[in-house]
Amino acid sequence: MKNDKLASGPVGDMQRKRTRRNWLLSAPALVVLAAAASGPLLIVLVYSVLSAGEYGGVVWKFSTDAWFNVVFFRDIFDGTTTLADAHMKILWRSVRLSFMTTLITLTIGFPTAYVIATRPRETRSFWLFLITVPFWTNLLIRTFAILEVIRNEGLINIGLQMLGVIDKPIQMLYTDFAIMVGMTYVYLPLMVLPLYASMERLDFNLVEAAYDLYATRRKVLRRVIIPLVKPGIIAGSILVFIPSLGAFVTPRVLGGGKKMMLGNLIELQFGAGRNWPLGAALSVTLLALVMAALLIYVRSTQSHSGSVR
Amino acid sequence: MAENRGTGQEKAEHSLPAAISAQRVTKVFGDGKNKVLALDDVSLTIEENEFFTLLGPSGCGKTTLLRLIAGFDQPTSGTILLRGEEISHLPPNQRSVNTVFQNYALFPHMTVAKNISFGLEMLGKKPDVIEKTVGDMLALVKMEALRDRRTDQLSGGQQQRVALARALAPRPQVLLLDEPLSALDYKLRKEMQIELKQLQHDTGITFIFVTHDQEEALTMSDRIAVMHVGRILQVGTPRQIYNQPSERFVADFIGKSNFLSADVLAVEGRHARLKLSSGQEVGAAIPDGMTPDGSVTVVVRPEYTQIFPKSNDAGDLQGVLENIVYLGTDTHYHIRLPDASIFVTRSQNQCKVTEAFRAGQSVSVVFSPDSVQLLRC
Repeated sequence: MKNDKLASGPVGDMQRKRTRRNWLLSAPALVVLAAAASGPLLIVLVYSVLSAGEYGGVVWKFSTDAWFNVVFFRDIFDGTTTLADAHMKILWRSVRLSFMTTLITLTIGFPTAYVIATRPRETRSFWLFLITVPFWTNLLIRTFAILEVIRNEGLINIGLQMLGVIDKPIQMLYTDFAIMVGMTYVYLPLMVLPLYASMERLDFNLVEAAYDLYATRRKVLRRVIIPLVKPGIIAGSILVFIPSLGAFVTPRVLGGGKKMMLGNLIELQFGAGRNWPLGAALSVTLLALVMAALLIYVRSTQSHSGSVR
Repeated sequence: MAENRGTGQEKAEHSLPAAISAQRVTKVFGDGKNKVLALDDVSLTIEENEFFTLLGPSGCGKTTLLRLIAGFDQPTSGTILLRGEEISHLPPNQRSVNTVFQNYALFPHMTVAKNISFGLEMLGKKPDVIEKTVGDMLALVKMEALRDRRTDQLSGGQQQRVALARALAPRPQVLLLDEPLSALDYKLRKEMQIELKQLQHDTGITFIFVTHDQEEALTMSDRIAVMHVGRILQVGTPRQIYNQPSERFVADFIGKSNFLSADVLAVEGRHARLKLSSGQEVGAAIPDGMTPDGSVTVVVRPEYTQIFPKSNDAGDLQGVLENIVYLGTDTHYHIRLPDASIFVTRSQNQCKVTEAFRAGQSVSVVFSPDSVQLLRC
């Protein structure tokens, strides 16, 4: 109704003028984004339907081999095709570990954000500042720090051995667990920050009101706090899940060569594997997964705002 | 509920326990340098089925006391009894006390009906009971048509009604209202005052109402407690508070008052002869429990006085009329007394009578000994 009124008369003209000016102002950013995002993307898409060059690179000849190889494996000796087990395994591990990482960061991040949001206003920025401290160091260094902690001669194993809890070191490095710990550590701030943002806007009178109306602590959490900070939960989950899915440094360092994730597989194709089209096809697959995750995000936020209205 | 009734019968040989009884309640916020004494040894008894108001300026501790009764904060020392049972350390969800918040605190992600049914659901009531109670509550606050609306689509007055219905739905033993009318415009506020009073009468639930608006307090309350810097200065009916203020702060905070200092000349029964600092002699009734001696303060309400043109030395006060303030319903006369202080009298305007006084003329003021209140200095 408001828009109908605005569309006609001098107010509508002013509105249109303002819209035009806003587009003009954001044009440089849009151009950079378009060129930097869609350009490389287009190259990847095109490469995924070309043939592999013998020493890397591509031969400009149309081929669906790469896409075929994402899913299937053709034996070079007898020509039989089977499902590409290795790829499926890696794909499954990527999704599983990313999902677990999201779940763990949410479990740790939610109470963290809640505690920060309920501190006195003056001290909140200090706690937030502490959350962002890990970003000061390079991702690789942070990952190696984790490695130092969990390796066989690392802090945890030495400590436990000295205390006599264990006789020989627990193998934590180069396992799925190690990758999960690493990703949780690296991506936790990405969960805490959006959660904090939505909790800070939460009217704590509502919590008191629910508590006053005989709700138990758990019911207050389930019926009032979680529904109201849901946008933050979803945003945080997306921010953790998507980079986890494409993670490359963390699984490389903490998973060794053995436990690969999608990112490592892609890197392998462009490097030692010398199969650029397959790497490109795998990249597009990753992109599709991310898109699917985002689609779910958009759906769930839409139904959320729909229910508020 | 059943438990409470049981204990009530045990105590039946005494009288029914008070709805709320606060005994020597002290609340300190913070510690060290930032220590704030919000409530200073407050004792208070609120009877069953009473419309009780905590009145005072901001920072007087009225909201703190309300939050202690609701259970959002715990008293530093002292106890609070709900129908004779100690509740000081129970969490809010275990007290049969509900709150109407200043900003209403309606759940934005629920409909009007869902908001109202929330407390009932948490108590584990059966769906048909909830359905019926929600219907009753919507009817009580005249909101049936809006039951499926989102609360952010409601006007301030409508939100106010939903907040009331939500807090009343579980039938609490005591309803707490934290300045619930302050966000409404003047006219709506006036309407809601009457409606709240009616609602209290209809439901028979004890209301404890917090406000800084003295007019609101006088309009609605059965009894009022006037608070100032963490203490209760006086508890009484609106009439008692207005006509027999026990302290200068109470007289000053509620309505308009003139304060005159005087020396006691003689005491005859419940009547005293006083000599005002201006030299005039006046009579005054002595309030219960006061033995005036030495110097006292005389409180004179502007509307209990009459102004006359000065003819001779008659009248209780003499002065020069300095200002005439016309207010429609009545006129205020600001009179400069010989000791340079200002005395205000007020008279109701008669139909179309032109102003009989003009600024600068000498006037005298008359008031009856029964209409003044004596305070110790």
